[in-house]
Amino acid sequence: MEQLPFLPATPALAILVSLLAVPCIYLSDQRPNLREGWTFAAAFAKFFLILSMAEWILAGNTHTYELCRILPGVSLSFTVDGFGMLFALVASSLWIVTTIYSIGYMRGLNEHAQTRFFICFAVALSATIGVAFAGNLLTLYIFYEILSLSTYPLVTHHQDEEARSGGRKYLTYLLSTSIGLALPAMLITYTLTGSLEFTSMGVFPADTAKPLLTILLLMFMFGFAKAGLMPLHSWLPGAMVAPTPVSALLHAVAVVKVGVFSIVRVLTGIFGIDLLAATSLNTLICVIAAFSVLVSSLIALSQDNLKRRLAFSTIGQLSYIILGAGLASRLGVQGSMLHIAMHAFGKITLFFCAGAIFVATGKKYISEMVGIGRRMPVTMFAFFVGSLSVIGLPPAGGLISKWFLVLGAMEAEMFWVLMVYLASSFLNAAYFLPIVYRAFFCSEEEAQFERKVAEAPLWCVVPLVLTAAVSVLFFFHPQPFFDLAVMAVQGR
Amino acid sequence: MADFLPYIVAKYNYWAALVLLLIGLYGMIAKNNLLKKVIAMSIFQSAIILFYVSMGDKKGSTIPILLHGHGEHGALAIDPSQYANPLPHVLMLTAIVVGVSTLGVALAVLQKIHRVHGTIEEDEILESIEE
Amino acid sequence: MTAAQFPILILIIPLLAAFAISLFGGRRDKLAYGLLLAAMSGSFYAALQTLLLVLETNIPIHYRLGGWAPPYGIELVIDHLNAMVLCLVSGCALLTAIYSLPTVRAEIPDRIHHYYTLYCLLVTGLAGMVATGDAFNLYVLLEISALSSYAMLARGRGNAYYATFKYIIMGTIGACFYLLGVGYLYIKTGTLNMADLFRLLAEEEMQQSITIRIGFILIMIGIWIKMAFFPLHGWLPNAYTRASTTTSCLIAPLMTKVSVYIMLRLMFSVFSVEFVYGVIPWHEQIVWLASLAIVAGSISALAQRNLKKMLTYIIVAEVGYMVGGAWLANESGLAGTVYHILSDALMTLALFMAVGAIIHKTGKSSFAAMEGIFRKMPVTSAVFVLGGFAIIGIPPTCGFFSKWYLIRGGIETGQWLFVGALLFSSLINAIIFFRLIERAYFGDLSGHGHGPLPERDEAPAVMLVPMVVTAAALVIIGLYTSEIIGRIVLWTIPAGL
Repeated sequence: MEQLPFLPATPALAILVSLLAVPCIYLSDQRPNLREGWTFAAAFAKFFLILSMAEWILAGNTHTYELCRILPGVSLSFTVDGFGMLFALVASSLWIVTTIYSIGYMRGLNEHAQTRFFICFAVALSATIGVAFAGNLLTLYIFYEILSLSTYPLVTHHQDEEARSGGRKYLTYLLSTSIGLALPAMLITYTLTGSLEFTSMGVFPADTAKPLLTILLLMFMFGFAKAGLMPLHSWLPGAMVAPTPVSALLHAVAVVKVGVFSIVRVLTGIFGIDLLAATSLNTLICVIAAFSVLVSSLIALSQDNLKRRLAFSTIGQLSYIILGAGLASRLGVQGSMLHIAMHAFGKITLFFCAGAIFVATGKKYISEMVGIGRRMPVTMFAFFVGSLSVIGLPPAGGLISKWFLVLGAMEAEMFWVLMVYLASSFLNAAYFLPIVYRAFFCSEEEAQFERKVAEAPLWCVVPLVLTAAVSVLFFFHPQPFFDLAVMAVQGR
Repeated sequence: MADFLPYIVAKYNYWAALVLLLIGLYGMIAKNNLLKKVIAMSIFQSAIILFYVSMGDKKGSTIPILLHGHGEHGALAIDPSQYANPLPHVLMLTAIVVGVSTLGVALAVLQKIHRVHGTIEEDEILESIEE
Repeated sequence: MTAAQFPILILIIPLLAAFAISLFGGRRDKLAYGLLLAAMSGSFYAALQTLLLVLETNIPIHYRLGGWAPPYGIELVIDHLNAMVLCLVSGCALLTAIYSLPTVRAEIPDRIHHYYTLYCLLVTGLAGMVATGDAFNLYVLLEISALSSYAMLARGRGNAYYATFKYIIMGTIGACFYLLGVGYLYIKTGTLNMADLFRLLAEEEMQQSITIRIGFILIMIGIWIKMAFFPLHGWLPNAYTRASTTTSCLIAPLMTKVSVYIMLRLMFSVFSVEFVYGVIPWHEQIVWLASLAIVAGSISALAQRNLKKMLTYIIVAEVGYMVGGAWLANESGLAGTVYHILSDALMTLALFMAVGAIIHKTGKSSFAAMEGIFRKMPVTSAVFVLGGFAIIGIPPTCGFFSKWYLIRGGIETGQWLFVGALLFSSLINAIIFFRLIERAYFGDLSGHGHGPLPERDEAPAVMLVPMVVTAAALVIIGLYTSEIIGRIVLWTIPAGL
């Protein structure tokens, strides 16, 4: 056994570090600078703890740490592997950026209850990393639930009528599916197989009846409703009432990606790709996901509220990822894992831009943004880069992951899936590019903004430039994430 | 029917207890007057006490006190078939105490009900609660 | 004092304290309160020591009262199951005792010492019911706790007297059914000691006897009335809703749970697995009835607009969980029931305490009392939220793990109705609690949230500390589930299951 280059408990520490920040944040309620200092400290500590494991994981190892036995036979354990590492890196690095952004946004708008906001943010991040490193289904479920609850105060931050109905919808969808579908599915799995560990072979014996598997598959897919699969998607647009940093990190990255991550984990770790392919259940997954991809893109076209349009675009992109996993081919799964990272950076840029526009001008609707490029050129350029990444055009990272998804579809010889990918990319372009075009190129009389640069505060602009830059960077250097994804597919 | 009658007669004590029990149960559930409910409760408890007491008895037995414990009848004196089983009787002493206490609490509460609602008829109390 | 005396001390200390409080407590409230705290701490300490002893040796403790050997003498038998329940009873009683003073002063200003005397007697009765190894003794202690609870419940609000009266009638019927059932067993076996009964009832002739079966059914019905098992639950919601705060904090978590314990004790220590699940052919039907209890309790809870009444209907549903789990006739179900005794007592305690504090501070018991509570009483509302999470079954609170076992038990025997009922009730509970949490969090929206913010107005520290301890216990027990299951719960599973 090689010597570990980090403490065995590092995964648990990475989860705990932001929880430890919670009392500190609470106690420095009256001193905003110190309070944000704690958030930064936790964010950086978390990122570096995760980074310290990256090299070891990239060398092809996995690391398991068992915290305690929570039930006889099932423990609260953390496993760091390629897939988990990939997701954890994305989430923790984006937390840092989002913190910078939230400070600008929250102070810019002089929001109330900022302490609560940062506390819930820290708890939510703990839960996200917990899901990323979960070593078995029970651990994953526990953190999944904590995430649902800790994000509720964030979604309903404004505490008005709209927030209440959005929050109500949010919890109704997430809790009823996780308790009503995912929990019994997990228990049935445990009763049948006596195991909840993730293994690449899956836990089900080969002779498990297909109807039962089908039911379980559906229960899991819809049970993790954070993934926003249609028809259980409508909480996501509803949750857009949240402040923009929340929408950005949680609803483009943490919450929804946790849903997708959980589904992909279950597909690859509980069912096993081979079993899915052998029973041709993957076709079912593909059909459900493809439906979601197309319908959500079409709905996005008709949305005028920028954040809602982004939300529907997210629903489509999430289903991309599930579609990739449903291909049950190595390249497809690799593509879907990569897409988690690529889409995260692209989409968060777009949300940051939406927020920056709101902070600077108070505008929420696309129809009010004609000519906005004159006033906020940097923001809109970042928006352009983000759209390129989501659509999958060079020079942005989205192309890489889409490329693998397409290759996966060809490997699995499912050409109709290929068509779905292409059609959806066109739709993506159709709902994003006009915004950018109209922002920069419009006649004088149409333009609603003066030709005078007035960007949002620096705290808001820097993060979105950063994430846009990273999106481009990934196009040229996708290697680390690429390696992690390869490892996740081959390893275990 | 011919078989049934001797069956009842042979265990008449249990049947009597059962009849009392049912009367009590009926009263507790069906009566409208709360005091009647308390009376029924008392009957119900007494029925059980009678049931226990009668099960300890034997035909021709005597109270469980050693008689003629000395001399030539000494061996006869400790023949258990001579005596009634004392244990159920002792148990019932406790049960009687419990029954009396319950009765006491019930009556005290009843008095309070009368003071608050001005009546001990159940339907009238329910009406006054709804108002 | 030697370690061997701990089992009896659990009962004797509160009993003696009852005398002391009624004699001396009248002089000053603080003295009565101090005596109560001392007694409850002593009892809890003794219970804890007993539990440790049992855990250390893993054999039941037999304590012979007065040194008389069973079956002639009375004995206390403490095994894993009742050591746990004893700790639970005395622990909850201690927490409630600490919590009690402000609310008792406000609600029962005259003769506090009488109230505390009853408190001690009730705890004696409950602990005695749990500790005893004698079927008739159980009846007497049952009545001791019932009588003191009648008196405590009657000192409530509004039409508490009428609600209590109904409870007296139902409680007496329940206890008498139990007594009658014991009489049937005595006729056939001539003994009242539980271990002796178990030995004699194992014989083939006894297993087939109609008398024994009738006795069993009477006992079960009696206990079901006592624990408010649907459809025999009618007395519970009114009696508990009208009770004063401390009374409901003490009685609501413990009374039903001790009754569930007694059901388990009689099912497996007097009768046997073969008799209960084999000779009596109804266990499936009873699980169906339990499922119905869960659904009916949850729906009734959803319909309530009074905080305490809502909680009482949740108790009715929770009783359904435990009865159902016990009659699933498999290990997971039974383990779930035993674990749920522990977790449910704590979560009901946390909720009743939090609601009690809210009522104490706002003077309202309708849902309107919750408005803006997050800002006014942050600690109390945190406890309330945590208790609610436990009831819903959100990990890592202990409620999740009891559901885990119960649902697993249902899946293993294919009782899908029961599984469905459990999930249904989780969802309904989620609706119930989030509806309240929403009110507490958003406050009154008619002022568009820009009105003057309500001032912080938290309950006094003596109330907060026990609440926080209970809430913390919910999470700690959840995290130590594996320990508790392995070291206590699995030992309580009878052989042959």
